[in-house]
Amino acid sequence: MTKSAYRNNLVLNAGVLLMLFVLQFVLPDYHVLMATRMMVLAVFALGFNALLGYIGLLSLGHAMFFAAGLYGAGLTVYHFGWSLPFAFGFAVLASAVVALVIGAVALRTIRVSFMIVTLMFAQVAYLMVIYFAEWTNGQEGLSLPMSARAVDLFGWTLDLSSAVTRYNLAFLLLALCLVLLFAYLASARGRVATAIRDNEGRTEMLGFNVFSGKLEMFVISGAMSGAAGAAYGLLFGYIGSTFASFQYSIEALLFTLLGGAGTLIGPLLGVLLMVAMIDKLSELTSAYLLVIGVVLIVVILWFPKGILGTVRERWAPWLL
Amino acid sequence: MALGPYLFLATLEGLVQAAVLCITAAGLSLVFGVMRVVNVAHGEFVMLGAVIAWFAASLVTGHPAIGFAVALVISPVIVGAIAFAGERLILKRLDYNPEATIVATIGLLYILQQTVLIVYGPDARPVDPPFYYTIRFPWFGYSSYKLFVIAAAIVIMGAIWFVLQKTRAGLIMRAAQFDRETAQAFGIPVDRVSAVVFAAGAGLAALAGVLVVPIQQAHYLMGADPLLLSFIVVIIGGLGSMSGTVVAAILIGLSDGILSVMFSPTLAKMVSTLLVALVLVFRPNGLFGKAER
Amino acid sequence: MASLTPLLVTSGLKRHFGGLKAVDGVDFTLYEGEIRAIIGPNGAGKTTFVSLLSGRTDVSGGTITFAGEDVTRLPAYKRVQRGIAYTFQITNIYPTKTVAENVRVAVQGRAHRHRGAPLDFEAETALALDAVGLSSRADAIAGELAYGHQRLLEIAMGLALEPKLLILDEPTQGLSDAEIEDFLVLVRHISSRATVLLIEHNMHVVMSLADRISVLSRGQLLAEGTPAEIRDNAAVQEAYLGA
Repeated sequence: MTKSAYRNNLVLNAGVLLMLFVLQFVLPDYHVLMATRMMVLAVFALGFNALLGYIGLLSLGHAMFFAAGLYGAGLTVYHFGWSLPFAFGFAVLASAVVALVIGAVALRTIRVSFMIVTLMFAQVAYLMVIYFAEWTNGQEGLSLPMSARAVDLFGWTLDLSSAVTRYNLAFLLLALCLVLLFAYLASARGRVATAIRDNEGRTEMLGFNVFSGKLEMFVISGAMSGAAGAAYGLLFGYIGSTFASFQYSIEALLFTLLGGAGTLIGPLLGVLLMVAMIDKLSELTSAYLLVIGVVLIVVILWFPKGILGTVRERWAPWLL
Repeated sequence: MALGPYLFLATLEGLVQAAVLCITAAGLSLVFGVMRVVNVAHGEFVMLGAVIAWFAASLVTGHPAIGFAVALVISPVIVGAIAFAGERLILKRLDYNPEATIVATIGLLYILQQTVLIVYGPDARPVDPPFYYTIRFPWFGYSSYKLFVIAAAIVIMGAIWFVLQKTRAGLIMRAAQFDRETAQAFGIPVDRVSAVVFAAGAGLAALAGVLVVPIQQAHYLMGADPLLLSFIVVIIGGLGSMSGTVVAAILIGLSDGILSVMFSPTLAKMVSTLLVALVLVFRPNGLFGKAER
Repeated sequence: MASLTPLLVTSGLKRHFGGLKAVDGVDFTLYEGEIRAIIGPNGAGKTTFVSLLSGRTDVSGGTITFAGEDVTRLPAYKRVQRGIAYTFQITNIYPTKTVAENVRVAVQGRAHRHRGAPLDFEAETALALDAVGLSSRADAIAGELAYGHQRLLEIAMGLALEPKLLILDEPTQGLSDAEIEDFLVLVRHISSRATVLLIEHNMHVVMSLADRISVLSRGQLLAEGTPAEIRDNAAVQEAYLGA
């Protein structure tokens, strides 16, 4: 990345974050809640995009990492009464470990096999949630107790039933993930990742261990998706098996493809558009998931690079 | 009931499941073999077949066998036509890029499923079998319709074998499967073959849907299980290998029936999915396939 | 002329694809500092042979020793880290990155075995680009370069690795006569720092560059010698005419 490209991206991302921060003073209450959800889902999509957009691996099973975070945090809080920050940290660690194990196996395959294998592992994870219903309460899921609706942090008490608090926590998580990913991509390791994406064979013949490069990104991606899951469960106080289902894996893919794979802001944009669309449509019909199918096909046929990918191609080649 | 008859019953039930699975997986395997397309919407074609069978049964008055016979004909035709259109409008334009086509068939899955939800509604609805005759074994009675399903599957698999091995159309398909570029160079319209194969694969799924609906009821979410099971069968049997598919379908059908009786169905599904994912990683040519090199 | 320290030695090296013996028991020694050419009729197993050396293809039998170390079972990237660089027969670059970024990745690939003062990535990148004469195109998108320049970029990436051994797989394929003359100068320049192994069809290039020539035929080493010796070798002539 040249110096000017680095600066442009820095300004763009800082601008977007600033806008998101200011938004809470402008939006009406209902939309604050929705924006909070969007930001958490954007973290999930950002994690997915780290893998698809920057090292070129398309996973069809990312719901398993979201669920690993969700249940990692929710179950420890529900059954063991862990404090929320501790449960959150454990959940992120747990999803990173799951990603390490799954990645070590799944990354032996490529392309279509990789997609199918990740899909099947995620299906196993989903079935586990259903099977261990004594712990997870299966499809009905669990609501976290009232005691888990407040966080004690360095002497402060954060009230999670407050929409503003939740908004700012989600904002912080998104900002943190965005900054971390940006720093990673701008580093030497990030350069290797995109080199693997662009030309795997060449990169190996330049002396890089392609497998470990992929695994590293897989773990980053899984941990970020897990952080999103943990935040979702803790902020909204509910954990359920839907979050582990195939549909959640597909939504991460959809957000990323629509906004533009391989762009930092793309997933956020994709979440914004899709969640808004699904929200509107669900008022009209119970078959609102139709929009997932339509958008997937429209994007793959006519905008395979997504919105920001197309913008980059036409107007802003510096976009990271 | 003693163990012997009990095992006999479990085997019969397993064979019925294997029969339906065989037809469904054959469609998936055909499409993958010839087009190298992994069709994630395959289960929805089973569901569409079943739903169309319900419409046929409720629209055609008289003996249930008439509605069933009508469904056996029109279901595969309608579903095949839908798949044909989908192939022309979507898959062909993606130039059969493997990743892009998977994403597109996921899109297709949602479109088909949600459209059925709008048109047909969220209820599960039964369809009468074409005949009710019960066969009396010394230990229990057994639905003759289920035995009919097994027989139908044998006939259909025989027909597929005949078409692939003995007809010109089959020769063309095998040529396209063996080597797309060379087939094209020899003047085989590979492009049109793809559309026909995709339609045929969907038609087989629809046929399985019609056969299964008197046993299972028609529901807009019923496509998920056949999809997962056909994937398992095709992976175990070796991607694109028809004989491997048949062997694997019988194996999975039988063991799934028996395992589900002994363990919880969820646990059985969980373990088999995990094992199959590992097969795909470590034995990508299937358990019966020859090793590459 | 080369000193006589062996840099790379293969013994009984084999690679079979089913019944096809692409490389069938090759004993081969490459000495430090020389330029060695491998020639042979089509299908002789030349590309398979160098793929075995670079680790892109698994060995069926035999051993490969590089700088005194057995590297037979090492994955390709570890061999690169030990100093075996391979440039592809078909141009193989990062088409969407700039020329400088392409080389920059290669410089970074060398950082693994770099000891002492930290590498100055930008300076090393400039140095490699300068060596092949691409400095003026540093900010161009690699995929948009002319073919001849892409081949040069490929070599610059090889150089940026600072290899002990540089394997060039048909480097002059598709180049114009003028570009080939520049290429000859470039390789002679490189050989002052690295041993060069090249597969080449163009006899003019082979005869004017190589210190020694190895001839492969049907997966076996048919002959080895100076350019003059090879030119006069009856068996070699027969292999070429008979093929």
